[in-house]
Amino acid sequence: MTEVPVSYYLLLSAMLFTIGAGGVLIRRNTIIILMCVEMMMNAVNLTFIAFSRFLNSATGQIFVFMIMAVAAVEVAIGLALLVELNRHKRAVNVDEINSLKG
Amino acid sequence: MGLNLFFILAAIMLVSAFGVIFNRNVVHSALALLVNFGTLAVFYFMLNAQFLAVVQILVYAGAIVVLFLFVVMLLGAELGEAVPSWLTLRNGFLIALGLVLLTLIGTAVFENLIQGAQGDFTPEAIAEFGQVELIGSVLFTDYVLAFQLVGVLLSVGIIGIVWLARQQVKSEAAGEKE
Repeated sequence: MTEVPVSYYLLLSAMLFTIGAGGVLIRRNTIIILMCVEMMMNAVNLTFIAFSRFLNSATGQIFVFMIMAVAAVEVAIGLALLVELNRHKRAVNVDEINSLKG
Repeated sequence: MGLNLFFILAAIMLVSAFGVIFNRNVVHSALALLVNFGTLAVFYFMLNAQFLAVVQILVYAGAIVVLFLFVVMLLGAELGEAVPSWLTLRNGFLIALGLVLLTLIGTAVFENLIQGAQGDFTPEAIAEFGQVELIGSVLFTDYVLAFQLVGVLLSVGIIGIVWLARQQVKSEAAGEKE
């Protein structure tokens, strides 16, 4: 099996990160925005694992492990807050969630 | 063969990433996200990170996407957003911003490729000791503080969610009394 160059993986994860960032900017649905943040985290994970493979270091994999734990907590709390917001305001659109605006 | 597999998987991954953004139905977006995470797991297999590939499927595909789907269906928010047209001036501006970001990251990638020291996490070592054993030994020696902090973070998350749910129950009980 021929080796795929590391720069291919890095460019791929750059594309994935950009698509995620564009989704955060374009969409106004809170759930989709959370999904796009997950996609951006996964792009970073791919970079970490590619470097871990090509530099023969376990550190990248440890970082990915930690990022996965943080992502799980983030999604759980984010979705709990969303459910709470939906109970109070019936809103999933970020433009409608502006009670803290001065 | 590896390169062809890479390009096929990359195409699937990018198409599913666009599918997350450009689907009106949030359930379809969540399913596209599932495909995206699955192809990432295959990439992890290709990069010799079998342990993390399995963790990726367990945590992301098994827990996070299911949580997303659960909340979407619970809220009944399948069609939350009415998008009349994607070709507005604002979206064009945002897409231009995204392209600038991609150019910046791509330039950074090609200018700063690390050609540094090689570690001792080689395929031979993995074949001899096993991947999970090696990662575990690094995790519990060099990174034990980070490991414990992640444990604290998870407990804080659990307590926070229980607190949020309790507030909900309390306010419902107060609403019934009135």
